[in-house]
Amino acid sequence: MYSEKVMDHFMSPRNVGEIPDADGVGTVGNPVCGDLMTVYIKVKDNRLADVKFKTFGCGAAVATSSMITELAKGKTIEEALKITRGDVAESLGGLPPIKMHCSNLAADALHVAIKNYLEKKEAKK
Amino acid sequence: MKLRKVYMDHAAAMPVDLRVFEAMKPYFTGNYGNPSSSHSFGASARNALMESREKVARLVGAEKPEGIIFTSGGTESNNLAIKGVAYRNEKKGNHIITTTIEHISVINICKRLQKQGFEITYVPVDKQGMVDPEKLKDEITDKTILISVMYANGEIGTIQPIREIGKIAQENQIYFHVDAVAAAGKIPINVKEENINLLSISSNDMYGPKGIGALYIKKGTRIQAVTQGGGQERGLRSGTENIPSIVGMGKAAEIGQEEMVAEGRRLSRLRDKLIKGVLETIERSYLNGHPTKRLPNNANLRFSYIEGESLILGLDMLGIQVSSGSACTSKTLEPSHALLAIGLAHEEAHGSLVFTMGKQNSEEDVNYVLEVLPGVVKRLRAMSPLTPKEMLR
Repeated sequence: MYSEKVMDHFMSPRNVGEIPDADGVGTVGNPVCGDLMTVYIKVKDNRLADVKFKTFGCGAAVATSSMITELAKGKTIEEALKITRGDVAESLGGLPPIKMHCSNLAADALHVAIKNYLEKKEAKK
Repeated sequence: MKLRKVYMDHAAAMPVDLRVFEAMKPYFTGNYGNPSSSHSFGASARNALMESREKVARLVGAEKPEGIIFTSGGTESNNLAIKGVAYRNEKKGNHIITTTIEHISVINICKRLQKQGFEITYVPVDKQGMVDPEKLKDEITDKTILISVMYANGEIGTIQPIREIGKIAQENQIYFHVDAVAAAGKIPINVKEENINLLSISSNDMYGPKGIGALYIKKGTRIQAVTQGGGQERGLRSGTENIPSIVGMGKAAEIGQEEMVAEGRRLSRLRDKLIKGVLETIERSYLNGHPTKRLPNNANLRFSYIEGESLILGLDMLGIQVSSGSACTSKTLEPSHALLAIGLAHEEAHGSLVFTMGKQNSEEDVNYVLEVLPGVVKRLRAMSPLTPKEMLR
């Protein structure tokens, strides 16, 4: 059902965990639906210096979370905001059609985390 | 640790018993006659058909082999039984009683009948998946024509009080249909003593080939066909008989009957070892379904904070094949209705795992599962935002 790349990211997920002093945190999904993911970001000089995640969900949910951390790390805020759900799925060698909507939430979680960071920054001004 | 192949998803599919396979072989290229033909080839096929009917009839305690109609499987048997009785007895009444825990085929048949003007009552089950016969009895009206309750649930394993319900049906002169797909060949069934009018069974759920099943119909039960054709199977299931598969199902029923007691005892010991081992070694793990009144080969367990499909994938990488009631493993993206029927919240249902054992499973298999499962659960919990921090220390 899943591509080799999805299975690789599921079995050996990159950047699992929390960032205790994160600059931005984004949570999307709902355990009732079976998928819940939280993305943590650390920003330095307008770049994502560190990205970590925690996910409850299916294989696709874990793999997309892992992939988004790889895609986003080192990118500027502007670049990271441009990463789409489609980019994540493509980088994983595709996802089963039924998983495209329900479990492909990682890009959303990243965007929410960045917005959280920007809001906090705005509030400090 | 050595990787081991452990298939524990027998509710999804079973291997065909080699003795069944051998029995089927002659009917493909040599003995390929049509039972409707008047010549000797036809007679040979007729004999094979009759013998299989007898074997299936014996498995379920049917008085006469003529009561057995071969179908394409459990789903078709359920369609024929429920629609066949509903349409034929519509003038008498339009009310059907079933339960919230039935197989999806029964639920969807009832939904269709509801659209056609029938009234359906879904009797709820308790937390262990058990139907209360008294509650069911209270739902009977003068319009009730059919009660349909499954013998046992293949997913959560709970075995229903069929004898009590059969008695209620008989006392109220209402037809009683039992979906016994998950139970047949695993636990004793007696349609006569249990007052069953119609009983659905499937061949692959007892080590027979896929695509073949049967419906037992008690003599005198008013039922009509739902498909039309050449009038085979007493006019109730037209179409040239699938003799190789029918022979296979007959052989599977025969073996099932001979080996049921010993195999049931062996499997329930393995099942109990698995359940006890998991509950003792993995915190926040729970058993779904009834602790004792359950199918000998079924262990349905759930684990808080994690999701079933990831558990399946994690175990599959270690050689273990199981199922889950999680939404992520279903086509509808809804969790198993059986798990919701026993009162589980969606997030609880997502974390369920179904182990269904079979003939080739051994104690070593159970030991292997008990050895590797805690690690898979731990890894996923460490990744989950729902896991309480104190559990990760």
